[in-house]
Amino acid sequence: MTHITATVDGTVYEADVEPRRLLVHWLRQDLGRVGTVVGCDTSNCGTCTVLLDGRSVKSCSVLAVQVDGCEITTIQGLAEGNEWHPVQSAFKECHGLQCGYCTPGMVLASVDLLGENPNPTEEEIREGLEGNLCRCTGYHNIVKSVQHAAEVMGGAAK
Amino acid sequence: MTEILETDTALGRPIKRKEDARLLHGQTNWTDNIQLPGTVHMAILRSPYAHAKITNIDVSPALQRPNVVAAFSAKELGDLNGSIPCVWPVVDDIVMPAFPALATDKVRLVGDAVAVVLATDPDHAADALDAIVVDYEPLPAVVHMEDAIKGGTLVHDDAADNICYKYPFQSGQNYDEVKAKADVVVSRRFVNQRLIPAFMEPRAVVAAPMGMSEEITVWSATQIPHILRVLLALVTGVPENNLRVIAPDVGGGFGGKLQLYREEILAVQLARKMGRPIKWNETRSEDMVATHHGRDQIQDIEIAATKDGKILGLKVDLLADMGGYLQIITPGIPILGMFMYPAIYKMDAYDFHCTGVFTNKTPTDAYRGAGRPEATFAIERIVDELAAELNMEPMELRKKNWITHDEFPYTTVAGLTYDTGNYEAATAKAMEMFDYDGLRAEQEQRRASNDPVQLGIGISTFTEMCGLAPSRTLGALKYVAGGWEHATVRLLPTGKVEVVTGTSPHGQGHETAWSQIASSILGVPVEDIEVVHSDTGRAPYGMDTYGSRSLAVGGQAVKAASERLVEKARVIAAHQLECAPGDLEFVGGEFRVKGDPEKAQPLGAVAFEAFTAHNLPDGVEPTLSAEATIDPEDFSYPHGTHLAAMEVDTETGKVKLRKYVCVDDVGVQVNPMIVEGQVHGGLAQGIAQAMFEGASYDEDGQLQTASLADYLIPSAADLPSFDTDTTVTPSTTHPLGTKGVGEAGAIASTPAIMNGIIDALRPLGVTDVTMPAAPMTVWRAIQAAKQGGAA
Repeated sequence: MTHITATVDGTVYEADVEPRRLLVHWLRQDLGRVGTVVGCDTSNCGTCTVLLDGRSVKSCSVLAVQVDGCEITTIQGLAEGNEWHPVQSAFKECHGLQCGYCTPGMVLASVDLLGENPNPTEEEIREGLEGNLCRCTGYHNIVKSVQHAAEVMGGAAK
Repeated sequence: MTEILETDTALGRPIKRKEDARLLHGQTNWTDNIQLPGTVHMAILRSPYAHAKITNIDVSPALQRPNVVAAFSAKELGDLNGSIPCVWPVVDDIVMPAFPALATDKVRLVGDAVAVVLATDPDHAADALDAIVVDYEPLPAVVHMEDAIKGGTLVHDDAADNICYKYPFQSGQNYDEVKAKADVVVSRRFVNQRLIPAFMEPRAVVAAPMGMSEEITVWSATQIPHILRVLLALVTGVPENNLRVIAPDVGGGFGGKLQLYREEILAVQLARKMGRPIKWNETRSEDMVATHHGRDQIQDIEIAATKDGKILGLKVDLLADMGGYLQIITPGIPILGMFMYPAIYKMDAYDFHCTGVFTNKTPTDAYRGAGRPEATFAIERIVDELAAELNMEPMELRKKNWITHDEFPYTTVAGLTYDTGNYEAATAKAMEMFDYDGLRAEQEQRRASNDPVQLGIGISTFTEMCGLAPSRTLGALKYVAGGWEHATVRLLPTGKVEVVTGTSPHGQGHETAWSQIASSILGVPVEDIEVVHSDTGRAPYGMDTYGSRSLAVGGQAVKAASERLVEKARVIAAHQLECAPGDLEFVGGEFRVKGDPEKAQPLGAVAFEAFTAHNLPDGVEPTLSAEATIDPEDFSYPHGTHLAAMEVDTETGKVKLRKYVCVDDVGVQVNPMIVEGQVHGGLAQGIAQAMFEGASYDEDGQLQTASLADYLIPSAADLPSFDTDTTVTPSTTHPLGTKGVGEAGAIASTPAIMNGIIDALRPLGVTDVTMPAAPMTVWRAIQAAKQGGAA
């Protein structure tokens, strides 16, 4: 067991974790932060994406022991109180989700994408989200959602 | 019938979805999120062999592992080991083998379940599977259908030559006589490859005895909570009235969650036996072998025509892979397709035959489109081949043979009566959006200049039958259930409305769309309507969601129940306003006295009166609700024209989808935003069949594509944006004028892509490319054609 301290969605957690514990399992099973979901076992699907110190990671590919001292934002901590993050609003506005299972990861990957590149082209959005699979939308409206969020957040859509 | 007035504007608007807030904030209730006190977790030991005798299983070593509560093979499970029923015995002499939840004497596919471990946490349950000892005697695996039907190794001893069933169907004139009169006969063999549904949320189930009663509550990531309840009751013997099935938030299905799975049976039986909640959730690698697959047909297609392009007849001979067992509607999938091979074309003769074949592979069953994509692929491909043979422009050949808009209703050679359609309008719109003539000109240029990147134009002018289904038709096809749908609409004392539906959404937005239908009739704002679904305890009647049926059937029930509610309320309102019910008009959510609009009673006030019951007319019972159970008059027949511009690098075989245009006619649209989203998603799956996806097995029956690292679901980077539009030809057999839309994109797009690829390569002599059209496959087809052989 390794002792870790990490902030998840604004709450500081201390825990003793097994070395093999994946971040996603620590979040879901130990902390009950079940907004982050699991879609595969090969790190292909991206549904478990969270922000680790502001950058998107697949939480199935990070060990819990690695987040000691880090700040994690899941989909449950993205909104500021009742104030939706612009990317969340854009996904609703542009119908960028259907079943919603890929949505937490897709939204957080998009947040990171726009942080890195506030004015992405369609191609840059598509390349930037290729680690996140969606089976419902055909990505058409996900791309539109990210473009819309870019506009709202002050970037000029290309 | 209540008139839908212009003031009732919720219908037809692209209203943002009610579902989205919880989904966008991680406030969802996926089955895997449910954690009840005392839960034990189930892990399943699966066969590594495609075909083997089980000579011994010893689960006892697993009991020594930490946190393990119990372990079972079929022997320990005894009478609790139920068998999955097939509810679609398509012919009387079908072979329907037992399909035990845990395999008994034999395993018949990689992933077949042989034992379970129960432990207090999922990790220890999975760890303990290693301790179970299973002795197998491997047998040769039956992998290919064409080998299977030669006999030899049998998957099931009672299925001679591995044949599950033979289904013949002839309609119209005698095919052979018609063929004898034809100038041209074109035959092709198409392979419609095996696909994996791969919904994003893996399956999960929780079954729990509820303590204070005999009830067992089952939460399952399923599309069919109502059907599941009936089937679980039949299989487990738990009285149906003691079973409550809930499909909480469900992350996609595409037919893959239209099933009774062995894990659901095991969870219920072990919850009873242990007296504790049982939880199971699958890994993705498990999902790939243990969730049913789709498609997998070898299609021998023959079309006969005159030299000027009049189609005379069609002959279809299928081998359909059932896999190692029959799941609930495995045999029926090709039969659903049977009706659709003649598609939009007029012809005199149709001859169909299907042979269902057992192999040592994962069972097939419904996957988005379920039989109709296979049919649409075959007919749209063979029509293009016929056009090439006749040296005709492929769209011109289609126009020459399709049912024209003034010929509806039209009874096809397969016996279906299409109520409405306008193929000319959808095609004209699509061709204009696509710049069809411009792209044909570019194609000519590239051909003339021997451009290494050739351009192909792919056409798919599709129709399909959906909105399953008229119960009598299902009965005639030997399906063991009906196709009706139910709705209850309740007006609550505060004026809020509950719409209880028997449909079970998993991404389709029923909470929004059904609110729009009820709002348009009741005049209650969309946000004041709550749609209750997917819980047999709260929504007791239903036939669930599949086959593009929810709006086409369930939406009609919401409409009818809402209208009945207005009529019940009218009687109370008339009493309150001291007039006759016939003197009232219902406008914008209130009853007004005709000619005296100042005298009005809002629906909310009527609701409160029905609640207090202080002043109800004689004979009127308190409370205000209405029900409707609708059995559709017919299927609905959406159609559309899909066009794909495909660039094929003839040197490398690389294929690029440059442009995709489609114009679909799904009738009246309740929420065009949701309709468009459904089309997009369908397109992606249909395009994926053409370009990316295919489940492949090796000679030992090992699934080679058993993870998302090996099975290529397209990402955003693999697909373009789509150019979609619609025409609106209302259905005349469905009171809202709606047709289904959930499967349209998936049905139409596969042949559009493949026709485009082959159109690009036809000057090189290529006449077919097997799916998926990966670069190596395309390159080989080009090389084979260059060497003079058929592709």
